[in-house]
Amino acid sequence: MFESLSAKFQGAFASLRSKGRLKPADIDEIASEIRSALLDSDVALSVVDFFIEQLKSRTDEVLTDLNKSTNPANAIFEIVNSLLIEILGGSARRIRLAKKPPTVILLTGLQGAGKTSLAGKLANYLKAQGNTPLLVASDLQRPNAVTQLQVVGESIRVPVFAPEPGNGVGDPVKVAKAGVKFAEDKLHNIVIVDTAGRLGVDAQLMEQAKQIRDAVSPDEVLYVVDAMVGQDAVRTAQAFFEGVGFDAIVLTKLDGDARGGAALSITQVTGKPIMFAATGENVTDFDLFHPDRMASRILGLGDIQTLAEQAKGAFDSDTASKLETKFVSGEDFTLDDFLAQLEAMKKMGSMTKLLGMIPGANSGAMKKQLEQFDEGELVKTQSIVQSMTPLERNDPKVLNGSRRMRIANGSGRQVSDVNSLVDRFTQAQKVMKQMRSGKGAMPPGMQIPPGMQMPQGMPQQGAAKVVNKKKSRSGNPAKRALEG
Amino acid sequence: MALFSKLLQKIRGGSTSAGDWQEFEEALIASDLGAKSAAEIIELAKRSKSDEIDTAITNALSAWLSNANRELPFNSDRPTTVLIVGVNGTGKTTSTAKLISFLKQNKHSVLVAAADTFRAAAVEQLATWGSRLEVDVVTGPANGDPASVAFEAATKAKAANIDYLIIDTAGRLHTKSGLMDELGKIRRVIEKVLPVDEVLLVVDATTGQNGIVQAKIFMESVAVTGLILTKMDGSAKGGIALAIERECGIPIKFIGTGESAADLEAFDPERYLNGLFS
Repeated sequence: MFESLSAKFQGAFASLRSKGRLKPADIDEIASEIRSALLDSDVALSVVDFFIEQLKSRTDEVLTDLNKSTNPANAIFEIVNSLLIEILGGSARRIRLAKKPPTVILLTGLQGAGKTSLAGKLANYLKAQGNTPLLVASDLQRPNAVTQLQVVGESIRVPVFAPEPGNGVGDPVKVAKAGVKFAEDKLHNIVIVDTAGRLGVDAQLMEQAKQIRDAVSPDEVLYVVDAMVGQDAVRTAQAFFEGVGFDAIVLTKLDGDARGGAALSITQVTGKPIMFAATGENVTDFDLFHPDRMASRILGLGDIQTLAEQAKGAFDSDTASKLETKFVSGEDFTLDDFLAQLEAMKKMGSMTKLLGMIPGANSGAMKKQLEQFDEGELVKTQSIVQSMTPLERNDPKVLNGSRRMRIANGSGRQVSDVNSLVDRFTQAQKVMKQMRSGKGAMPPGMQIPPGMQMPQGMPQQGAAKVVNKKKSRSGNPAKRALEG
Repeated sequence: MALFSKLLQKIRGGSTSAGDWQEFEEALIASDLGAKSAAEIIELAKRSKSDEIDTAITNALSAWLSNANRELPFNSDRPTTVLIVGVNGTGKTTSTAKLISFLKQNKHSVLVAAADTFRAAAVEQLATWGSRLEVDVVTGPANGDPASVAFEAATKAKAANIDYLIIDTAGRLHTKSGLMDELGKIRRVIEKVLPVDEVLLVVDATTGQNGIVQAKIFMESVAVTGLILTKMDGSAKGGIALAIERECGIPIKFIGTGESAADLEAFDPERYLNGLFS
């Protein structure tokens, strides 16, 4: 149901495309499709109606021009896309560092939104940028929230200021204040204050949040919200906005299949941007929020930029340049190189998640394939290569029957698995040779395991090209080359 | 129903405006019942005679509730096992604590398995509750195999002939197939020792339409038998639970209404429906 927003958008636009010339009634029809799609994605009714109003007035303005254009459906699609981006907050914003350190960041939000996990992710992110963050455990309410923060802090090697044991003991306002003082003394340039989750309707706890805010005068108050939240998002966000106030929003659990309609509502109603998004269980599953990418995701356009960035991050420049040199100098692509690529792919996270960022990935057939994708395949392939000797990795031609048998036994696979890997590898090697010599055949689509072709393109040619490869359907190599 | 009285008055007076219907739709949408159900109710209201609207809507909503038994099962000859599952942050551990307190009040003996070995300090969180509520908590090493913790607890519960064994699991997004498989494994491993009698899916009242997909996928991997609807003390109406009941036929069994161990109530359909649109 949840890919529904993009699926519905795509369906609505497909029927629009088939129409050619547009009448106001067609616009009304698509507007009503979009309306129910947005409601199903938990966008608040008031925001949906605002969106539809804007959409209609913008399309009305350009309706005459639209019908002159070759593809009016695409033009409307563009209007929807830019409206989404506008509401989602325009361009990404970064943390404002205080002129006089430490910069104080205060986290607030409902219970279970993911504040404590997020505190760790944010600290890790800021640390990676050369900062010296300090985590302050001011959630003294939930049993063992303090311990949780300490464990998280230890795992990312960020100190945690936790003078009180929590579990209802201690004054969170005092802890927050002392935490900032501690950071000043120990020269931490950023302080992240984790607070207890509270309901918007709980006046007493809202007052406490206000006191913490006044005690530490934060440079950024971040409101943490679960991407799966429903219609209550607006009411609760308003309660926090009026009660404590916040400067930006952090969206968590974006790795689920919720489309984040709440994100749209909250930014629209409070006028505050979404700054970060958390997308997984690991501390590194965290990044700046990009409104344009989110809009693309909602519209089912995929998230190519994120994919490209993750690829760049996963391939250290050494591996990439080594591969490039090899490629140019005409050396053979070996199984060792292949292994290095597999390692890099694993660093990028789950294949399903990665492939899900590709345009169209959430529609019909592709989605089904994605769901069936076996994450274990990568590990299996890796284990086969690791069971080979250096000689075999450099020159797979030496792989005779008894060697293959040994490799199969060593990796706990069947000889047929080894055979198929070697076959696919040889084929890929051949394709690379052809590409180098300018004969220009693209690797044939699905016959090669994703491990082989995706990373190849990424560091050297940029991710956009990879997509073209994926889309290539032609069985004729020459045609495929043209498409590429 | 209180919600509709205003609208009903106007209909009877023959003066419903577009604005009133708009307000009516807003209340329906705001409950997280879903756009489709909301549209159905509006249709129904427009179709019904003015003095029958109230009954018609109440009947329609009640018909969406399932007929299933809403009580926890109890076996007199062996421990009754209850598995607690759900996505991250819905309040599984807190609900586990509330359930312990609920069962202890009814003079049952309880053993708890802290099978959330993933989230930092989740085991400690449950252990703290355990000592407050005076029940034994079976724990394993951090990042250890949750199934083995569950197995150990099931073995213990069986040997000591405890009334109820409650197994708290790590929060997992339904989209992570590996983690969903792990949940299936936990269930299968418990079943080597004891049948699993109840699987409670913990759903947060603030959850939007995504809740339906959550329920469907959890049903597939662990055969959910009931819902605990948490955080009903906030401003969210929790209409998603009704949407889940309607769509998947899983009965709501408990309502969580606060942070203390006593804040758990058996589901009361009438009260719930009345609160939906207030």
